[in-house]
Amino acid sequence: MMESLGPAEWTAIWLSLRVAVVATICALPVAVAVAYLLARKQFPGRQLLNGLVHMPLVLPPVVTGYLLLVLFGQTGPIGEFLNDTFGITLAFRWTGAALAAAIMAFPLMVRAIRLAIEAVDQGLEEAASTLGASRWRIFSTVTLPLILPGVLASAILGFAKALGEFGATITFVAAIPGQTQTIPSAIYGLLQVPGGEPAVVGLVIVSVVLAMGALLISEWLARRMARQVGR
Amino acid sequence: MLQVRITKRLGDFTLDVDVTAPAGVTAIFGRSGSGKTSLVNAVAGLLRPDAGRIAVGDDVLFDSQTRQNLAPQKRRVGYVFQDARLFPHMNVQRNLTYGGDHDAARVIEVLGLGDLLQRRPAGLSGGERQRVALGRALMSDPQILLMDEPLAALDAPRKAEILPYIERLRDEVQIPILYVSHDMSEVARLASTLVVLEGGTVVASGPAGDVLARPDAVPLLGVRDAGSVIIAKVAGRLLDDGLTEVAFSGGRIVLPGNLGRLGQKVRLRIPAQDVILAREAPKGISALNVLPVTITAIEQGRGPGVAVGLRAGNDQLLARVTRRSAKLMELAEGQQIFAIIKATAVGPEDIGG
Repeated sequence: MMESLGPAEWTAIWLSLRVAVVATICALPVAVAVAYLLARKQFPGRQLLNGLVHMPLVLPPVVTGYLLLVLFGQTGPIGEFLNDTFGITLAFRWTGAALAAAIMAFPLMVRAIRLAIEAVDQGLEEAASTLGASRWRIFSTVTLPLILPGVLASAILGFAKALGEFGATITFVAAIPGQTQTIPSAIYGLLQVPGGEPAVVGLVIVSVVLAMGALLISEWLARRMARQVGR
Repeated sequence: MLQVRITKRLGDFTLDVDVTAPAGVTAIFGRSGSGKTSLVNAVAGLLRPDAGRIAVGDDVLFDSQTRQNLAPQKRRVGYVFQDARLFPHMNVQRNLTYGGDHDAARVIEVLGLGDLLQRRPAGLSGGERQRVALGRALMSDPQILLMDEPLAALDAPRKAEILPYIERLRDEVQIPILYVSHDMSEVARLASTLVVLEGGTVVASGPAGDVLARPDAVPLLGVRDAGSVIIAKVAGRLLDDGLTEVAFSGGRIVLPGNLGRLGQKVRLRIPAQDVILAREAPKGISALNVLPVTITAIEQGRGPGVAVGLRAGNDQLLARVTRRSAKLMELAEGQQIFAIIKATAVGPEDIGG
């Protein structure tokens, strides 16, 4: 089976992993912060933020990709700013693929973390405050350890989503081999030409293995953490 | 000294209280929904009053006029919650030291926590959890201690296990302790000051012994819970019968069980409904304790009963009889009569150190 994977396919696999890992790691802290805001704070514009976070989940991915292109493309307002100020180019680069994957995975991650935060007994946070702990200390020593299994689940979910992202990615950064061609776009490309099936089967198997692996690791880690938390 | 004078609207309930708690245990007694927990939460900074002032000595925690409102973390309040609220992901040691390690060795010793340090909260019994919660609050070096029904979730044996620890604490720490409870025997054992809440307002307050002995407080405390507290000394043991004789200013009483060594002080709660009155010294009855007393007050209750205040020596007793018997006996203030206390009426939960 593995012989059916040529250098181009292996490049796509490594690129996919890099894109998904970077997307997950960058999106995770933001997702925790946003989930915390949505779960615990009342502020004007809360519903707007909630809606905005969920947009990529309900919009057609192609539309999200197009909006990314408009905003982050070389002539887009954010894209131009990033390029001029930091020399960062996103359009048609693997970093753009990571951004698209992160944006698409974000709502799923926020939802999972928010559920975990809402399950934390606020009485424990109150108890910590009467013991003199600052807000940050309460968050890092009480809230965060208790939601870690949920954060982990959300990271795995986000990783899987990022790995499989297709519509927004191909719209925003196309499918340039070695630069933005991830596993899904490689499969799609191979299906467009005759004789690509063996390589497709190889990539499909790799996808399944990666997804299953992520799931098993998360189950194992979640069990370990649950023991740590003492429940 | 803790002073709380606040108002707070919560839906159609209004908390409007003025409470002063000196050092020692101030019990906040009342039915559920009377505002006990809201009061304690306001002191802790977990509930913001609409108006008023909360201060410990010169240290202002909240003042609506000067717009002061210290965050809970700055109030130096030790709070023992009804449900303990131990951090489930930390062992006992880390729970205890979360807010500091003030006087750690002694707290661990007084509360008997030495063997629990490496355990997780999930593996502790209810009584152990409350002891850890109490230790955690004490180690944060609080200037007041709040205890919100810390024993309510425990069964009688667990209560009996933890009450001596709280009594020891009361005698050893020099800070005001607010102790919320709806259990009169706990209140009578622990409290030096008593505040009775009803519908969000204070309906009776003062030194616990005085409030408990006030006949007009009987309807406020509930007829089953009313009863005076006396301090007595162990005067002798009747070994053959398993009884202890105690002496107080009004005479001697015999009680079941071993209450301690000779000369030891005991606090006794004598429930009003277990005191029988007689115009003449009775003969041929099974009750062992007959005390000559003087009627100080007769107070009509809400129902068919009357509360009768009695003076025995320098102590106050309280009896509850029906209006009918009061009339038949022609009870009147100043009268010399006899109070009969059944030895078994004073249960082990009513006897404290």
